[in-house]
Amino acid sequence: MTSTATNVTVRRRRSFSPKDRLTLTAFVGIPTAFHVLLVWVPALGTIGLSFTFWSGIHISDIKWAGLANYNNILTGTPVFWDAIWHNVIWLLWFGLIATPLGILLAYQIDRQIRGHRFYESAFFVPVVLSLAVTGIIWNFMLQPGGFVQGIMGRDISNPVSIYGNYSINTYVILGIASWRHIGYIMLLYLSGLKSVDPSLKEASAIDGATEWQTFRKVILPTMKPVNIIIIVITVIDSLRAFDIVYMIYGSSTGWPILGILVFQNISGGGMSMKGAAYAVILFALCIGPMITYLKQSFAEDVK
Amino acid sequence: MTTIVVDKKYRNTQKTKDRVISIFIGFFAIAWLFPIAWTIWSSLRPYNDVISNGVFSVPKTLNFDNYFNAIRLMKLPMYLTNSFLITIPAVVLTLGFGSLIAFVVSRYSFKFNGALLLFFTAGNLLPQQLVFIPLFKMYLAIGDFFGNRSLLYDSILGVVLIHVAFQLGFATFVLSSYLKTIPKEISESAMVDGASVWVHYTKIILPLLRPPLASLAVLMTTWIYNDFFWALVLMKSDSKRPITSALARLQGEFVTDFNLLAAGAIVAALPTLLIFIVLRKQFVSGLTLGSTKG
Repeated sequence: MTSTATNVTVRRRRSFSPKDRLTLTAFVGIPTAFHVLLVWVPALGTIGLSFTFWSGIHISDIKWAGLANYNNILTGTPVFWDAIWHNVIWLLWFGLIATPLGILLAYQIDRQIRGHRFYESAFFVPVVLSLAVTGIIWNFMLQPGGFVQGIMGRDISNPVSIYGNYSINTYVILGIASWRHIGYIMLLYLSGLKSVDPSLKEASAIDGATEWQTFRKVILPTMKPVNIIIIVITVIDSLRAFDIVYMIYGSSTGWPILGILVFQNISGGGMSMKGAAYAVILFALCIGPMITYLKQSFAEDVK
Repeated sequence: MTTIVVDKKYRNTQKTKDRVISIFIGFFAIAWLFPIAWTIWSSLRPYNDVISNGVFSVPKTLNFDNYFNAIRLMKLPMYLTNSFLITIPAVVLTLGFGSLIAFVVSRYSFKFNGALLLFFTAGNLLPQQLVFIPLFKMYLAIGDFFGNRSLLYDSILGVVLIHVAFQLGFATFVLSSYLKTIPKEISESAMVDGASVWVHYTKIILPLLRPPLASLAVLMTTWIYNDFFWALVLMKSDSKRPITSALARLQGEFVTDFNLLAAGAIVAALPTLLIFIVLRKQFVSGLTLGSTKG
């Protein structure tokens, strides 16, 4: 429908007055220049800088380093592999547990079970909170004198270490992250489900399909665009994770993750181009999902 | 006959099942809200009370003292003002720029339209960390050029600009896909009538864009208000920071009076919570526009 309309306008030749031409140029030019200058130029700059040695002070000090920064990271920095491992666990947790839970919730809420309006809001509240606030709220549960400590019978002077305990802190962090992620996925999926033709569901119910069959054979396939977007969001969010970990551990490597490693190396006094290389690695990991997302989003245009 | 009986039976089991599911989800929903409720509860009692009587003790006093103290001691009004000074101009500029691009891309056919849109959307997906080092240097250099080092670095303006540059991608994408769904007849008759591009944009396109602009405004206000990365790395004076980045620091400073911090966190959360409660519809439709429209 849209494409025919475009064709019509394409065929119609138009000449612009000089003033209109100027307006159009400004309309496109100013925002584009702005975006290019502040996003793309720096992004390319970081990629370039990742192949150099530089302390970040004088431009003249930049020295070509080849792959040295990457070599250093991949072979000389064990914490990098710890961080990658944490990102992978994060991704697996989100992909196998949090995202499916969000989808399941959306499916049930969409069936308008009793209290669905309340549930929808309840699960979404964490998403509108800043992660800075989220960090404090969860500290409230877990810190000395917090709720969880109280449940375990520990008072303020005799707390059990949660963030410092390496056998559980991963799950605690992922739990906090899921608190937010599940609601986000729920809402995205819910909005997709609302656009599914209800007669489809009815038809499959009349045919005697069980609920699980309806979901797998009818809902999932019709939701393909949303599925792809949700998968991409899950992957990108797992790779870019930063805020929650920063709120708990600051810029230390208490629980290393790629986003924190970049931050450590680019902010504050000790800027080094190892940070740029970390950022490029992070970007490289995001490219696949990014392309998938763009392909999905622009699929209609291509048609 | 038999089919009706089976149907009834099926419906009944489905009803019981739904009830179980509803109770189960309800249990989770309460668990979901519990940390927030607990934080609010704690913010209403003095920390000393918790220290001396234990976490689950019945509070002797419940009042808003922590809030008054937090507002005074943590200088929350200052940080909140900074947050608004960053968020409002950033949202207005993003939507303004986004609607301009969306207008041109959807109403005039140039060769580079598709590429332009792709380019903006991709920019929005880049990790923030990939942009930081050169941006930081650029901010300093531009500041030096104009003889004022804190023109962009360590200034509200600088944080506003990078938010705009980043969010522009999403806004453009959403607005242009919305405009594509609207028939072009109105635009065409305007052009035939000889309306200038400027009139076409202000008198026809902007009114049409009101619904998605409202949704985007709600969504972006929340995102930009909540972000703390940019203010953290692009500002060094604490007094200029928005409340979210300030909280990251206050957390360390007020570790000795955690209930005060709770009050601070609740105050920081209030604007977005209020937006969500009052403008829930816009919020949800904003997300929908971005995620499911092609």
